[in-house]
Amino acid sequence: METQAFQKIYTKISKITKATCTLHAADVANEELAFVAGRHAQVLKILGDEVTLQIFEGTEGLGNDAEVVFTGKAPGIRLSDQMAGRFFNAYGDPIDGGPEIEGEEQEIGGPSVNPVRRIQPSRLIATGVAGIDLNNTLVTGQKIPFFADPDQPYNQIMADVALRAEADKIILGGMGLSNDDYLYYRELFDNAGALDKIISFVNTTDNSPIERLLIPDMALSAAEYFAVRRNQSVLVLLTDMTLYADALAIVGNKMDHIPSKDSMPGSLYSDLAKIYEKAVQFPDGGSITIIAVTTLSGGDITHAIPDNTGYITEGQLFLRKDSDINRVIIDPFRSLSRLKQLIIGKKTREDHPQVMNAAIRLYADAVNAKAKRDNGFELTDYDKRAIRFSYDYSERLLAIDVNVRIDEMLDTAWELFAKYFHKSELTIKQSILDAHWKGE
Amino acid sequence: MSNGKVLGIDSNLLTIKVDGPVAQNEICHVTHDRSRLLGEVIKIVGDRAYVQIFESTRGLKTGLDVEFSGRMLEVELGPGILSRIYDGLQNDLEAKTGLFLKRGEDTPALDDAKRFEFKPLAKKGDLVVAGDWLGEVLENWIEHKIMVPFAFEGSYTVESIVGPGSRGIRDTIATLKGSDGEIVPVTMVQRWPTKRPIVCYREKPRPFRIMETGVRIIDTFNPLAEGGTGFIPGPFGAGKTVLQHTLSKNAEADLIIVAACGERANEVVELFTEFPELIDPRTGRKLMERTTIICNTSNMPVAAREASVYTAVTIGEYYRQMGLRVLMLADSTSRWAQALREMSNRLEELPGPDAYPMDLPAVISAFYSRAGVVYLNNGRTGSVTFIGTVSPAGGNLKEPVTESTKKAARCFYALSQSRADAKRYPAVDPLESYSKYLEYPEIRDYMSRQLGADWVGMVLDAKNWNQRGKEAYDQINILGDDGVPIEYHTTYWKSETIDSVLMQQDAFDPIDSTCPFDRQQYMLHLVMKVCGGEYKFENLEQVSLYFKRIINALKQMNYSKYKSAEFARYEQELDGIIGERRVSAPAETVQAQ
Ligand SMILES: Nc1ncnc2c1ncn2[C@@H]1O[C@H](COP(=O)(O)OP(=O)(O)OP(=O)(O)O)[C@@H](O)[C@H]1O
Ligand SMILES: [Mg+2]
Repeated sequence: METQAFQKIYTKISKITKATCTLHAADVANEELAFVAGRHAQVLKILGDEVTLQIFEGTEGLGNDAEVVFTGKAPGIRLSDQMAGRFFNAYGDPIDGGPEIEGEEQEIGGPSVNPVRRIQPSRLIATGVAGIDLNNTLVTGQKIPFFADPDQPYNQIMADVALRAEADKIILGGMGLSNDDYLYYRELFDNAGALDKIISFVNTTDNSPIERLLIPDMALSAAEYFAVRRNQSVLVLLTDMTLYADALAIVGNKMDHIPSKDSMPGSLYSDLAKIYEKAVQFPDGGSITIIAVTTLSGGDITHAIPDNTGYITEGQLFLRKDSDINRVIIDPFRSLSRLKQLIIGKKTREDHPQVMNAAIRLYADAVNAKAKRDNGFELTDYDKRAIRFSYDYSERLLAIDVNVRIDEMLDTAWELFAKYFHKSELTIKQSILDAHWKGE
Repeated sequence: MSNGKVLGIDSNLLTIKVDGPVAQNEICHVTHDRSRLLGEVIKIVGDRAYVQIFESTRGLKTGLDVEFSGRMLEVELGPGILSRIYDGLQNDLEAKTGLFLKRGEDTPALDDAKRFEFKPLAKKGDLVVAGDWLGEVLENWIEHKIMVPFAFEGSYTVESIVGPGSRGIRDTIATLKGSDGEIVPVTMVQRWPTKRPIVCYREKPRPFRIMETGVRIIDTFNPLAEGGTGFIPGPFGAGKTVLQHTLSKNAEADLIIVAACGERANEVVELFTEFPELIDPRTGRKLMERTTIICNTSNMPVAAREASVYTAVTIGEYYRQMGLRVLMLADSTSRWAQALREMSNRLEELPGPDAYPMDLPAVISAFYSRAGVVYLNNGRTGSVTFIGTVSPAGGNLKEPVTESTKKAARCFYALSQSRADAKRYPAVDPLESYSKYLEYPEIRDYMSRQLGADWVGMVLDAKNWNQRGKEAYDQINILGDDGVPIEYHTTYWKSETIDSVLMQQDAFDPIDSTCPFDRQQYMLHLVMKVCGGEYKFENLEQVSLYFKRIINALKQMNYSKYKSAEFARYEQELDGIIGERRVSAPAETVQAQ
């Protein structure tokens, strides 16, 4: 970073922690970008002439005589159509060996959309995955995370979903990606022949964890550019938001903030909401859809990170290994898409809502029956049928590697209903039963 | 007024050095880059004021000028509030320019250009006090009363009042003479500080009437009183917002005020997209006409969350003064509590449980106490009924916001994760939830008069079946299907019938989504007739199959238009099914417990 003539340079740091430093400086603006020994930093707190900065690259090896330069502006990114197909680091600098982006520089983490300028999301995103399309249908402008244990193939399924989703742009925000996963994405995007519609901002495990804090804002500023200026439908993938929250906790801790539940900052809800609420459907056709990953520890969704996420996002897709069929499924109980009712039965076939609910109810009966069986009790005929249904349902509809159209999913469900149940066991509205029942 | 300079910035908390007197909760403006950012004093130490800013503080520097206003945060009250969408500080969101919210862009709450047909209600020489009706104008369909400003102390004589005719909201419509002889003009607009309850009424009795909501698990099982309070805690995704939206559509209120406090913007979009289309069955008017939205979503300034609920309740109290029934809904009060927690933390106050401020219980109960039914000075009633949602961390109800709210609110609608998982919506837990109003003698009397002398007994009986069903189910799970007498199975299935047909309700079905009291009465009688009967079974497998058919017929009735041919057909089908196995006629009158 070149310093300019009018910029004031400071060389006396009074305090250094693992994530922050403090010094005396004048005329500094809140949230201003600075460089500390060439490392990116941002103003977090000012009291009189005492200024505290968070240092994104970390403070390892930083001397208290390091050169501190204030830039006079908030962190920004250069935006233009040239971004398509490119890979950037957390600061928006290319990491693919290509040229710098020419374009207007814009502050990241900008203002919120006026809620009354939004419109109601109503465009279906078909993914081919029945656990999503049938039970948890997605729409453009929605925000939804995968909840997954670290050993589950969340990055793969997210990439599959993204590539099938027919978005104009896919923007990947990778936080704490392993180098292998980073290379996986690169190769996948290359092979899909879709590279020109993909933009990536990547922080790998080789980089500093604090730097992750910039990734979502970078990705979403780029998304706003394409959604607002180009009226495109943009899909933003954020993985892994748990690592993002961990970085927030590190900074909060170094700032002596009183932690709330699970050592997370008390502002976690607002911090995450600022990111996820960037998902929007604009009246002119542009949209930002956010699909994120929140890794869990041992499936615990009461931990502060998934818990706060769940309170913000419009549902969640819960990945679970189903031991009955030995495949990963989208758990029909804990998963939810809250915007599905805007389109199911309206943009999809009329029987969709009732079929979805009936199948899940029957699956729940199967779970109860299995518990009974495991406790060594006699099963009724209905219990046995429910269990057999649940195997087929998992195998043919819930598994994440199923890829079919929504009508076929519905037909499959009707086929399974007729195979295992009597009409009156379904509690489906009569008119719909009459039209779709496949039994006698 | 005093002035000040910014000394420190920590997120949205500013430390300001003040050159004169300053009051707690006083409003000030920070001038930055030609825009003026609004803030509120939340702590004073010596000549330092700690101010929470209701906007982003990016780019602010020390040394910026601050002007104090000498006033607390106020709302503007007058005709033209209905159907609007405000932010937490009562800025009209529709009037803002551009796609994105601009910092410091204030927009007026009321439309000064709009004229209303004024009709005087008071006459020259009348003796009036604060809150008395001077005249009225038609706002949408409600008779919006123009009142003696609430801030007026003592009594006044009407010196002059304009005749009927078209008036602007800032025109003088009357002049009043105080006891000191001073003559003061009154317009259609007045201001009121949001944190102060409006108390221009004669009496605030205990709630004595039920407010119909169209939701069976509320009306039948845990009724809400007009002027009462309730809260809906539940883990994420359990259905708090859907339940509140259902109430906003169907509740028997004159006006609805929705405070979207720190939740999703898309949920507000849903309201303002659907409400202008949906018809209020009671008035035949569009739902939006009776609705005002205070919208401070999670990505909007955190400090304004607190302001938003106070703005909403103050508007509610204002309309209550006109003799109207106002229903106020806030989603979610936890977000407001969290905003308090963030500030308390920045102020380095000693934290209470879960790092919330120590005075959280007091703040919450003071807020809930602003609900109520009142007798106005003219003897008429007006009410604010309040329901808030609570979002407990990890879904665990043993946390400060839930516990504090439980002490303050009279109805408890606990949403359970397991019911939501099983798609048993609304996921209100039948055993945990309660309405204290069921115990109020005046409410019981009211229900006996309106719904029949046997009503409360029958409701308690249904609740009892539910409890027994749960116990039977637990026994069956411990001992196995065959390990218990067959009666355990019938008990369980009877409770399942009550649960499936009465307690569950499809919020997205055009017919089932709302169920008026007469229909609830009819269905409760019918279901209790089923439960009161004794049935003969040869084996236990028959039990579930049989009751599933009964439930199916009853559910089809729920989906059919009330008393339609279709409805009658399913009822007939039901009678047929009952006839197959019933061995005894149900007792004519059902006794509680
Ligand atoms: N009465 C109902 N009928 C049918 N579906 C429902 C009902 N209530 C809730 N749901 C389903 O559950 C989803 C979540 O409901 P809702 O948004 O009300 O949850 P919430 O408790 O407000 O969650 P959060 O705390 O995250 O805001 C809805 O989108 C809908 O799919
Ligand atoms: Mg909600």
